[in-house]
Amino acid sequence: MKEVDARGLSCPEPLMLTAEALKNADGPVKVIVSEPHQKMNVEKYAKDHGKKAVSTEKDGCFEVVIE
Amino acid sequence: MNFNLSDSKKKLALAGVVCGLVAAVLAYFGNPANMAICIACFIRDTAGALGLHQAAVVQYARPEIIGIVIGAFAISVATKEYRSTAGSSPMIRFVLGMVIMIGSLVFLGCPLRMVIRMSAGDLNAWVALIGFILGVSTGAIALKNGFSLGRAHETQKESGAVLPVLMAGILVLLLCTSLLKFSESGPGSMHAPIIVSLIGGLVFGAFAQKSRMCFAGSIRDIVLMRNFDLITVIGGLFVVMLIYNIATGNFTPAFDTPGVVAHSEHLWNILGMYAVGFAAVLAGGCPLRQLVLAGQGSSDSAVTVAGMLVAAALCHNFGLASSGTALDAETGELVAGAVTPAGKVACVICIVVCFIIAFTNKRESAK
Repeated sequence: MKEVDARGLSCPEPLMLTAEALKNADGPVKVIVSEPHQKMNVEKYAKDHGKKAVSTEKDGCFEVVIE
Repeated sequence: MNFNLSDSKKKLALAGVVCGLVAAVLAYFGNPANMAICIACFIRDTAGALGLHQAAVVQYARPEIIGIVIGAFAISVATKEYRSTAGSSPMIRFVLGMVIMIGSLVFLGCPLRMVIRMSAGDLNAWVALIGFILGVSTGAIALKNGFSLGRAHETQKESGAVLPVLMAGILVLLLCTSLLKFSESGPGSMHAPIIVSLIGGLVFGAFAQKSRMCFAGSIRDIVLMRNFDLITVIGGLFVVMLIYNIATGNFTPAFDTPGVVAHSEHLWNILGMYAVGFAAVLAGGCPLRQLVLAGQGSSDSAVTVAGMLVAAALCHNFGLASSGTALDAETGELVAGAVTPAGKVACVICIVVCFIIAFTNKRESAK
């Protein structure tokens, strides 16, 4: 699975990296972010682009799997 | 406690309406009419109150600033969004904070005040909007080219609470001592009662935190991702202030309205807000967003706020701040507001600094 580590990056970098990864990926993409609002932004971006997003909290960060 | 204001456009617009109402109430109760709540002006007034500059007409520890930081802090703790972080190029952010303040004081207002001025019919603010959009767009181009200030990391959780505690300290000084300076005339002397300002700030900070309100971010998201979520918040605020201004007779569509702390030097209105928009995108948010992020634990944003505070003092110590169009008290003649020569030089330097920062700091993967 393609992984995007966007922990600690300022807005809108996590979203830009997510968009880039989704454009180039065939399968699911895992995005790791550290802030709750970034988790939500990534989930919303996935939904807006017709994809499913499942989030889990792990070690104080959020893993969002988009497929 | 779990409530979220950023998952639908309706809620975002509602958050904007609430913040607009706060601004209207503050203006109604005595804040300068079309300043209502201006982050740059109010940080500048606070710098004056602390004696960092000696411009007697702009010295007052604005409880709105204190309230916004503490409001964002409290709501982020309550909703488990508080995270103490630091380490994303803090001193570059300090410089960006300085640029934001200098650009704002050349134009005479932060992006929030630009929107409030627009809602009062001030055509100079509409001109400045062109510069702001261009500045944000330049920042967006830098982002597309791989600009990044690097990652922030988790720090001791006390670190993120320092700015909120310092703000509480200023409030104690304001309420319990006579150490702070107070303007006896000019914009600094015009203010709502402390309790109204403080509550207004707390509400504004809390709603801004939950809605992620950001003036630079709203335009950046449109430019970069055709996303209209954040602009919805600004739209809500604008509409409320527009109605308030029309209802109270403060809506004057003109360039040279005296007494509203604005000038009509179009080029410098554009360049001032160009610098602000550019720097705000590089710093990840407008002045308001920096206060809110600092409240929710970002030491990097707290450093940006410190940069704004220091630059505010420098602006008045070095004569960089513009003057507003006013009526001469004796002759009754209109005296046009102006940008100072030093302010023009500083503004150009700020833009050059933004370009250097924008195109020398790259994401690891983009190097």
